Formats: sequence, structure tokens, C-alpha cells
Amino acid sequence: MSTDSTTAEAGGDRKGEVILQMRGLRIEGRADEEWHEIVHGVDVVLRRGEVLGLIGESGAGKSTIGLAAMGFSRDGCRISGGTVMFDGVDLTKASDEELRRYHGSRIAYVAQSAAASFNPAHKLIDQYCEAPTQHGIQPRREAEAEAIDLYRRLQLPDPENIGFRYPHQVSGGQLQRAMTAMAMACRPDLIVFDEPTTALDVTTQIEVLSAIKGIVEQFDTAAIYITHDLAVVSQMADRIMVLRYGNLVEEGYTRQMIQDPQKDYTRDLLAVRSFRKPPINEENPEIPLVKVDNVTAAYGKLVVLKGVSMEIHKKRTVAVVGESGSGKSTTARVITGLLPPLEGEIQYDGQTLPRDYRKRNKDELRRLQMIYQMADTAINPRQRVADIIGRPLEFYLGLRGDEKEQRVRDLLEMIELDPDQFYARLPGELSGGQKQRVCIARALAAEPEMIICDEVTSALDQLVAEEILKLLQRLQDELGLAYMFITHDIATVRAIADEIYVMLQGEVVENGPKQDVLSPPHHEYTELLLSSVPEMDPDWLEGLLERRAAGTAPSLPGSGN
Amino acid sequence: MHDILKMIARRLGFGLGTLLAVSIIIAGAVELLPGDLAQEILGQSATEENLAQFRKELGLDKPVYERYLTWLGGMVQGDFGKSLANQREISELMGVRLKNTLYLAAIAAVISVPLSLFLGILAALYRNGIYDRTVNVTTLSSISFPEFFVAYILIFVLSVHLDLLPSISNISEDLDAGERLRRAVLPALTLTLVVVAHMMRMTRAAIINLLASPYIEMARLKGLKPGRIITKHALPNALAPIINVVVLNLAYLIVGVVVVEVVFVYPGLGQLLVDSVSKRDIPVVQACCLVFAMTFILLNLLADVLSILSNPRLLHPR
Repeated sequence: MSTDSTTAEAGGDRKGEVILQMRGLRIEGRADEEWHEIVHGVDVVLRRGEVLGLIGESGAGKSTIGLAAMGFSRDGCRISGGTVMFDGVDLTKASDEELRRYHGSRIAYVAQSAAASFNPAHKLIDQYCEAPTQHGIQPRREAEAEAIDLYRRLQLPDPENIGFRYPHQVSGGQLQRAMTAMAMACRPDLIVFDEPTTALDVTTQIEVLSAIKGIVEQFDTAAIYITHDLAVVSQMADRIMVLRYGNLVEEGYTRQMIQDPQKDYTRDLLAVRSFRKPPINEENPEIPLVKVDNVTAAYGKLVVLKGVSMEIHKKRTVAVVGESGSGKSTTARVITGLLPPLEGEIQYDGQTLPRDYRKRNKDELRRLQMIYQMADTAINPRQRVADIIGRPLEFYLGLRGDEKEQRVRDLLEMIELDPDQFYARLPGELSGGQKQRVCIARALAAEPEMIICDEVTSALDQLVAEEILKLLQRLQDELGLAYMFITHDIATVRAIADEIYVMLQGEVVENGPKQDVLSPPHHEYTELLLSSVPEMDPDWLEGLLERRAAGTAPSLPGSGN
Repeated sequence: MHDILKMIARRLGFGLGTLLAVSIIIAGAVELLPGDLAQEILGQSATEENLAQFRKELGLDKPVYERYLTWLGGMVQGDFGKSLANQREISELMGVRLKNTLYLAAIAAVISVPLSLFLGILAALYRNGIYDRTVNVTTLSSISFPEFFVAYILIFVLSVHLDLLPSISNISEDLDAGERLRRAVLPALTLTLVVVAHMMRMTRAAIINLLASPYIEMARLKGLKPGRIITKHALPNALAPIINVVVLNLAYLIVGVVVVEVVFVYPGLGQLLVDSVSKRDIPVVQACCLVFAMTFILLNLLADVLSILSNPRLLHPR
């Protein structure tokens, strides 16, 4: 298409020219009727065709800065100081009308959750065509033709027709690419990518990353790539800025920063996931603590588990890995009796457990506890920490009064929260990591023999997640707990597992001790899963894609799906 | 589409069940009315023989359940029975009245629904501004006054002072369309003032509720105009709650018009109901109540179907 090449050339001619310059950027957020500064004077320079990575944990201000690059701040935030010069215009002083002319046409945005950011009421291509037609850049027919061209370039399946579907009819990875296409619609000078792959499975993430990388290079678009994952950003960015608490920690070219980080915090981020549980050399005893025996289970008519068998031994951590929809959490629901299986049974210490949790006795319930992914929704926001942890003490162990209070305090010590400080707090006064700790204490209160951990670190920042993993490990060493650890994150598996079960579409495709499963030869799907985990090496993505193209590395069946 | 038809069929089934329950309640309530029906109608001077004869004619001497079943049997066959007051067929009596009531409701709906959507959308667009507050205060005060008061104010201004519209709305079949409309305007306006606030506030709230969604932020970051964001991106997703409130108000326009009809002497179902109650014309009261119940059930079914049609997830499954 002629417009593409001219845009690309124009960008090429002016390559190196500064497109965005933020100086002394200060942003305030409103909380408790007062304005607090959350970004404290950050400078950002971006040249045409350059990709800048913004990295940091939640609360670092990276999304806020990314939006400020568009002259935009969310409700309850405001840009309180500094300048945002975009191609010679200060966006902080621009009127709403002026900003509207820039948004979507010259600066575009790709959001974290494509599923939430596409309007459910309109077809994808209608949403694509909106910006070009509303900005008066193209008539609808031309925009439609270009949308199909972009869908093809982004390797979406059936590019001619996919745009005529509604968002809910398309998978998460495809939606994220469709959103990238939408951002590209007016051939903007700058795109802000706000954690575009965080919500995706690793195997899907690869496709989106390569599609984004490819399209940004083709059109020579400048981009700000926001993420909390250093391995991801090192694939995408030419330059990286590390942020923390609204301040710049360190800035540098990607390779340089990965090889030679200057600041301790950057080193911590690089070293994250270095935690490893030492291998256990003892043989497993004959009778497993929990045995899942050939279980088939369904939600209504939809069969989601097909003949799944699993053994979990005392003092062992069994990691169950697989993508969303593979049946990991369903297996946990069957074990806990929340979903009675159609066939097969659950044995505990050699004894068959009733299928339905309502038929299990208190002791059988007590021995199996769960910790969930979203600590926020797993605890009652109106109950104080002492009540949250105290309830299972009362229910299972019959503790009351001083005895109960003492035990709650002991449990708080165990999870490394100061009892005097945290005893009477409400969940709203806790950080994400602290909430997850309270959930752990609640599970421990029942004095279980096994805890099922369902993606317990997925919603946490990496450094916090690592602390939680260390805590869980210490508790296992001290209390001899067995863990069933459900996760889609291979790094977590590497850190904490003794044994691994790999699940795909409701079946176990491979299982065994960690060192066996993680070292070749692998099952094809395990290989795909393992090879899809981003590494810190900036050449990793390109290398992998080359190997996949050459057929020397496994790729998704019918890639592009 | 198949699923939707199935849902409609199921809901109609439930509706019939509800209707049956309502008919039992109505029959029971009538039974609980104090006094003797025959005595009331024939007056103090009636002799014992007259009363016995009258009871026998109406079947009042039979046990309750038998009378209920006979009545229900008649209803199922479309036979509403005869009016006690004038011996006319109730279906005939009600037919004209129902048509009049629907006519008035339709006029009120045609004015009030678009008006409240429009006001609600504008209020969402200029939320917390002067316009928003003015509309809120005005509509809220108009529902805070009793209907008859609003009606008399309108009569005072529009027919007494300005002499624009007739204060009595006695329409009938032989009037030409223009005159009928002219006579129905005042009661329709009164009803509009009563229902607009509710619908307008729900429209506003449903839209504002969605403004924090990521897809609205996306629409803003695509550089769309605020008006387009509200109508194109927020409104289609806010339809379900709006539809429910609109339909609830439509039902009110049909079954809740009693007071307004009386004030304007409008020959609708409400007027008929009030007259029949004062005349102890029980079969007519029962029939009116059943028609009102049916209206509610059908309109609620309509609301459910429309809500589903407004949701692309249900309309276009994967």
C-alpha cells in the first residue's frame, strides 16, 4: 500500500529527530481529599523510530508516565509540573480540542487488557475504523481495506473476516493484536504500549511480542513499552528506564543495562527468580498424601478433565503448569470437593474421600486448605485480620478468647507480619503481598497437611512474589506441608517445585521430578511452554522466532491462533 | 436466535403461572370484601326472596372454589362475564376503555421516553454542571408532587389561563383524530411529568457508571468527541438497565393512571375500575385487575427480551 511506504520513508528520513520530550514531569494523585505527588520530576526523551522501555513494580508510576506522554491523566490524577513536548507542542498546555486531534491520529495507546478495552457492543473493524474516519484521515472503505492489511501483517487468522467479529468472539492474544492494529490505524508517530502482554499465556505472549515488534519496525513508529517484566522489555526496547516510586532509578541502552546494571534495585530486578529450592533426594513413600485417580470432570456438558491422575506426597511441592483453560484449577476444585468428578476418585492417605465437600467431615476438610490468586477477593474487606485468621481457629480447632488471640499472633509471626501492628487491621490497609500473607496464615490456621496454591504469586510484583515463595518454602521446611502449586509461570516452577505435571486441554501430557521434566527430551508441548518463557537476553526473541521458522523449535499448532 | 425463542416461550409459561396466582389473589380479595353483595346492590328494601333469587342468578350460593373455577373457566374462553350494574358484556365494556388507556399511554410514552433519554444523555455528558443540576432538580420536583396536583397546575396554566387545551378529556370513537389528540394532551403531559425523572435519572446513572470502563478510556485516547463517546460507546452498553426502567414506567402508564384519568374524566380502564368499585360491580373489578396484571407480565417479558437483544454476547454467541 502506497501510504505505508511513504509514511515509513518519511519516518526514515527524519530518524533520530526527537519526537517526544518530557521534562521535569510531575504528576499528582488525589487520595483522601488531598493531592499527593506520585511522579517526582522525570525526564524522558524519545526519538522517531525508537522503542523506550519503562519498567518498574506497581506504584512506580510507569503507566501514569506513559499516559502523560499523551497529555492525558486518569480521573483523580493531574499533571502538576513539567512539560510534555510532542513534536514541538506542549501537550500539558494544549486544549481538550487540540489533544483530541493528536490522540488516536498521532499518538495512540494499546492497553493492558484488550478484552476490557474493546467495546463489547461493536465489531472489531468498526472500532478500528473509528479513529481514521473521525479524524478525517480516510473514508471508511479505505480504512477497512487497511485494517485487513494490518490484520494480515499482524498474523491474525482469517484477516478478511476477523474484523467483523465482536470482541468476545476472539481470543485474548488475537484481541491484543487487533488492538495493536487499531493503534496503528492512523500511522501514529508514537504508540504507548501499556503492559500489552501481561494478561496473556506465555505461548500467546510470544506471538503478540513478535507481532508488535515486527509492526513497529515496519512502520518505524516510536513506542513507549511499559511492563514489569525485564525479560520482556529487553526483547522490545532499544533503551530502558527503570522507575521506582515515581523516580528514575536508572536509564540506559538495553544491552548495556542487562549486562552491567549500575543500581542495586536494577540488579535485584535482574536477579529475581534466582531463588531455587534445593532438590530432594529421598524416595517418595509408597502411599501418597493425595492421589487423584483417573478423574474425569465436567462443567455441565463441557468435559474439562479427561482421565487426570496425580500423586502428591508429604513435604513435596507439586507444580501443575499449563495455559489458561488447561484444567489446572479444575483439578484443584475436584480435589477439594467443590466440583464432584464424573469418574475417578480422590484418595487421601490411602482412603477414598467423599466426592462432594458437603459430605466430607470437618477433619477431612481441615487437612486440605487453599490459597487463591486474588487475595483481594479471597478475604472479606469488612473483617479485621484477627477475625480472618481467627475464624478457622474457631471452626476447626474450637479455640476461643485468649487462646485464639495468642494463636492468631503466633500465626502472624509465622508469616512475618508484626502482630502488634497487623492484628486489628482491615484488608484495605494492607499491600498486595501482605494480603496474600494473611491468606496464607488463614490456611495455616486450620493446621492443614496440604495447601493448594492457585496462582498465588501471579498478581504480585516479581520481588514481592519471590518473598512469598521464600515464605512458603520456609513454612514447608518447618511444618512439613505438601503443596499443590498451580501456575502458568515456568520461573515459579523452577523456583519451588519438586515434581511437575504439565497439563494441556484437560489432560496430563508429562509429569515427573523437576530435573527430568525441565531437561530434554521434553514432550513437545512442554518444550513449547519452556521455550516461550522470555529470557533476559535481548536476542532471545529473534533467535527463537528464527528457530521456530526453521522448524528446529516447536511452535503452536496452526501458529497465529 | 433459537435460544431467545426458547427463553420467550419459557417466560410466557412463567407469566401464565403468575397470572393464575394473581387470579387466585383477586378472587380471594373479593371474597374478603365486607358486606353482602346482593344486599348492597338490591338495597335495603329488597325482600329475602329477591335476595335469594339474586344470589342464585349470580351463583353466590355456591362454595368459593366452585365460583372461582367457573369464573376461571369463563376467563380462559375469553368470557369475562356480565357487568352487574348494567348487564353488558364486560369484554365489550372493557374493550373501548382499554383502547383509550393504551392510546393515552402511547402518547405519554412517545413524549416521555425520547425526552428522558435525551435529557439523561445530556446530563451524563455535562455531569455535575449547572445543566445537570437543573434537570435533576426540575424532574425530581415534578415527581415529588402528587399527580392530581401536577394535573391541576397544568389545567390552571394551560386551559384556564392560556386556554390552549380542554381541561376535560372525554374522548370517544366519533371524534376525529386531531381533536382526540388535542383532548388527550393534558393527561399525557401530566403522566410525562410523573415518569420522566425516573427514566432520565436511570439513563444518566447507567451511562456514568460505565465512564470508568477501560473501553471508554480507550475511546477518549482515540481522540473521539465526548458526545460520540457517550452515545456510541457508553449508551449501547447501558441499555439493559435503561430498558428495564423504561418498561416499568410504561407499565405504570397503563396501570397507574387511575388518578389522572379521574381528574381529567378520561374514559379509560382506571376510570372504569374506580366506577366499578364504587358500584360494587365485582366481575368488572376482577376483569380489570387481571388485565392490569397481564400488562405487567407482558411488559416485563418485553424488557427481558430487549435486554438480551442489547447484549452482543448473547445475540452473537462465539
